[in-house]
Amino acid sequence: MSPTGHAAPGPPDDFPQLTPMATIQPIAGENEQHPDVALVERVRGGDVSAYDTLVRKYDRQVFRIAQHITQNREDAEDVVQDAFLKAYEKLDQFQGNSKFYTWLVRIAVNESLMRLRKRRTGRMVSIDEDVETEEGSVPRDLADWAPDPEQNYTQAELAEILRKTIQGLPQGFRVVFVLRDVEGLSTEETAETLGLSVPAVKSRLLRARLQLRERLTRYFRNKKGPKETGVEK
Amino acid sequence: MTCTEFLAQLDDLIDDAVTSEMRADLQEHLRGCEHCEVTLSTTRKTIEIYRSHEIYDLPSDLRERLHAAIMARCKKGC
Repeated sequence: MSPTGHAAPGPPDDFPQLTPMATIQPIAGENEQHPDVALVERVRGGDVSAYDTLVRKYDRQVFRIAQHITQNREDAEDVVQDAFLKAYEKLDQFQGNSKFYTWLVRIAVNESLMRLRKRRTGRMVSIDEDVETEEGSVPRDLADWAPDPEQNYTQAELAEILRKTIQGLPQGFRVVFVLRDVEGLSTEETAETLGLSVPAVKSRLLRARLQLRERLTRYFRNKKGPKETGVEK
Repeated sequence: MTCTEFLAQLDDLIDDAVTSEMRADLQEHLRGCEHCEVTLSTTRKTIEIYRSHEIYDLPSDLRERLHAAIMARCKKGC
């Protein structure tokens, strides 16, 4: 039952899961109650305004994650709505021994993958896609960067460089990098969220970091000649 | 320590998850290896730059529209 007393939503295939949410294990060293738990309890008690607080707290993160996975603005907007609604409907399944944010991210990742699958006319989409590449496992371009490479670009140019660069990563690497390094999940939380082992997360994170570094070197290398401006093609 | 061995510890070094003994070995390698020094510094910078720049901003008008839609559905029981 949902917090409002309505029946649980949708058929099982409407909610593909990487691994069952109920199996999320307690995160070591986190014995104190997170402030979100109190908000969740209020929502369960019928206080919808407490959910308003949770949505405002995490909507930007969910949008970012959805954009990184779907790489489509409209899909990301839909994922924000669907993920928060799904979380609301399934709030009684949330186990207080994991963070609400981690649980929400898992829903957002699932919803994003479902969007991708729809866009690709039903072809299964997995977090393991395209991870067999050996690219980036060993650094090749060893040029150092300019002292403050961002200064050579406008904010808009820089954002475009960063978007293009991360979009070029295999999805399985990109998602690990985004959750771990951008959104601040721990290695263990990233593994739980994606249904991967900790060694798999570590392996993908190293290769994601090295591939991004390699690709950014094209833009940020320390040039000896006159300073170049603009986004390289 | 070889460059390959250094690379295997790169993430743990960046994430400050190495023992003091391992850290000393890594620093010893860095003193004699410019390539690994560059790899370490630019990889750290890569992470920092992605953390500090918002590349998928959620505009406030879109945010409010999404928020209103979500809360309206929640109040109706979804």
